Amino acid sequence: MNMHPWRRGLKIKSGIAILLCVFVGITVFAAGDYPTQPITYIISFDPGGQSDLEARRQQPLLEKKLGVPVVITYKPGGGGAVGWIELANSKPDGYTIAGNNIPHIILQPLQRKNAGYTTSALEPVALFQTTPIGLAVLKTSPFQTMADFITYAKEHPNVITLAGSGTYSGHHLAYLQWEKLTGTKVTYIPFTGAAPQVAAFLGGHTTAILANSNDLAQHKDRIRILAIGSEKRFTALPDVPTFTELGLAMTPSIDRGVCVPKGTPVARIKVLEKAFLSIAEDPNIQQSMIEQGFVPVAMGAEEFKTYIKEKTVEYRELLKELEEN
Amino acid sequence: MWGNVFFALNQIFQPINLLLLICGGLGGIVVGCLPGLTATMALALLVPFTFTMPAASGLIMLGGLYVGAMFGDAIPATLINTPGTPSAIATTFDGYPLAKKGLAQQALITNAFSSLCGGIIGTIVLLTLSPPLAEAGLRFGPPEYFWISVFGLTIIGTLAAESMLKGLIAGALGLLLSTVGISPIAGDVRFTFGLPMLQAGLDLMVALIGLFCIPQILEMVEEGAQKHKIIKYHRQRGVFLQVIRELVHHPILLLRSAVIGIIVGIIPGAGGNIASLVSYNEAVRWSKHPEKFGRGTLEGVAATETANCSVVQGSLIPMLTLGIPGSPAAAVILGALLLHGLRPGPELYTTFAGITYTFIFSFFLAVLIMFIFTALGSSLFSRMICVPMQYLIPMIALLSVIGAFAIRNSLFDVGVMLLLGVVGFLFRKLRFHSGPLVLGLIMGPFAEQGLVQSLLMAKATGSVFQVMFARPISVILICLSLASVLWPIVTRFSKSRKIWFFKR
Repeated sequence: MNMHPWRRGLKIKSGIAILLCVFVGITVFAAGDYPTQPITYIISFDPGGQSDLEARRQQPLLEKKLGVPVVITYKPGGGGAVGWIELANSKPDGYTIAGNNIPHIILQPLQRKNAGYTTSALEPVALFQTTPIGLAVLKTSPFQTMADFITYAKEHPNVITLAGSGTYSGHHLAYLQWEKLTGTKVTYIPFTGAAPQVAAFLGGHTTAILANSNDLAQHKDRIRILAIGSEKRFTALPDVPTFTELGLAMTPSIDRGVCVPKGTPVARIKVLEKAFLSIAEDPNIQQSMIEQGFVPVAMGAEEFKTYIKEKTVEYRELLKELEEN
Repeated sequence: MWGNVFFALNQIFQPINLLLLICGGLGGIVVGCLPGLTATMALALLVPFTFTMPAASGLIMLGGLYVGAMFGDAIPATLINTPGTPSAIATTFDGYPLAKKGLAQQALITNAFSSLCGGIIGTIVLLTLSPPLAEAGLRFGPPEYFWISVFGLTIIGTLAAESMLKGLIAGALGLLLSTVGISPIAGDVRFTFGLPMLQAGLDLMVALIGLFCIPQILEMVEEGAQKHKIIKYHRQRGVFLQVIRELVHHPILLLRSAVIGIIVGIIPGAGGNIASLVSYNEAVRWSKHPEKFGRGTLEGVAATETANCSVVQGSLIPMLTLGIPGSPAAAVILGALLLHGLRPGPELYTTFAGITYTFIFSFFLAVLIMFIFTALGSSLFSRMICVPMQYLIPMIALLSVIGAFAIRNSLFDVGVMLLLGVVGFLFRKLRFHSGPLVLGLIMGPFAEQGLVQSLLMAKATGSVFQVMFARPISVILICLSLASVLWPIVTRFSKSRKIWFFKR
């Protein structure tokens, strides 16, 4: 091999450089000096949706706390499945995270033959927001209370139309639970998202609506909320009874949190958990969430995991009953 | 009221706000120009930056960006036959033929001027008629959505002037492709062929890049092999005044298109893509020379661009008064409002009237500034087609791939785009129009959801007739659809009668 001496030198030098990089890499890894590069934050829904808004609210604070840029990317489609497939298949190094929504990530793998991901492939980090689902009618409606509504539904099976968002979704499951607990039959009409659903309800095209608390709070002047899915009375809507108060044992809600691919080092999950929880516990953030009709929560990784397990059992039962009918 | 107006004007002309408006608008033009980058995505990117600004400044910038994108998307539609956003699909029908004739600059000035008209009419309506129009918008329920989509599908009749059979085949194929993914009502998985990524269905923008961009590139390669350059552009004098003089002679066209844009904008879910197609269709129908459309007429470009710009303000009407966004981009602006602690509804016109009027008035200035930019830039943009083929083609190809990828950072989408590109090329070879296919793709989900939801409503009330055929707006839409289908037959019949008459 006849190589110019300077070229051989170059080769050696680059070899040393590569080795050096590897060593630096290892030491960085061992010292837990994370994060050092930008973090990709996947949102599985369209820009402008609630998951996006929450991420946008967190983004500047996350960047300050973690000291690296946080890049939000959208992978909408399939009710969120596309984004979660992407996360499940990405490198578990803590540099790719995604918003995860309950019950979506539980219901999709349960109901679809091949959702492309499993619930356990998404490692929970923190849960920061809950949106209780409430049942409402228009102010002009003859139904004053939940009791009126149930009586009418019992006397006229399937006549009441109930607008919800999606099928095998949080709203759909809340409807199934409600029917089962009250022993009634109503017609559930699914819409694709909050805007068309709320518009159809406000226009009087359906009798009632199952909607997220923030939408209910937004339209509270025009509607009468018969019950809400929170565990205690909801601060933003203090006059509205909960389902449990009315003797209906259900607490339907949509929960928003963040997850990483399974196999991500625990130390890195801890770093992310701490950052997300400190934002979730910020009183200013909590105040603005309440004003917009959300329930702020701050649930760590372990608690979040248990919560998902509990919900999975609950939903599996409901789906089974649905299939049997 | 007047106090708020003066406050608003004072706010808008603050140097910092003017600067933000111009930056937002220029950013919007760039985003609009690049297929794959949508106004919605750019708005979402900008939202965190507005946290540090006063609410009014943030909204001015967001509004400027949204308007800018609607001005920008006609530029690639005209020059390289590829819509920059789905709102510019119909702009390709006449914009590109104009460019082929060497009239690219005329088409671009038409875009600038008609977008200005659409924007101004839209803003006046947003300022004065918001609450009643938002209430009227609520009258649209599932049956009305279904009939709108039926009416929309009759546009195939206009687009398939050459062969009705081919138009219908392409339309049906589009409807079929729109069913790929999770079904909107029953929630089951359809036509994914075991590919989990297909659960999302076919993204409209990916389909547009595939169906318009790739065949264009292949065609250019083919033609380039024969002659060196196909399109010529010469700088002409007095074009600006000449174009504006011609457009001013069509006030009804501009007004009608703006009204269509506002109405479609108000309806949640229906956006610029549907507005511009409907507006184009109506322009053809009411024109004295319908045969000129599709071969390069300024009226075609004016109709689509007026409508697609007034959609912006239309979509903000239900957003500001009710908190229901009329388009995906309006949803992002709604999010920004909420994050600034502003709740849509009557409060916006009382407690926060200063901010709201600043936002609304800023649209007058935004459309005016964008008009000046795009009109001045028209000769510069037009020169782009003089770039030799060997540089232009790889550039467009690169942009197509990046565009398809950028929508959700997915290589899978790039594959889908290339596959649809081949389909689009075969379509052109077989003399099929891509328009009906895209129309089917857009209208399919509307038709399906509207129909199934209506039938569920009918099941509850016990009468299909009541729900489907007896509601006033539905009746109007059914009549419009029937008229739209029968129109070509009637005109053909009367024409043949005339010929027969002259023969005698």
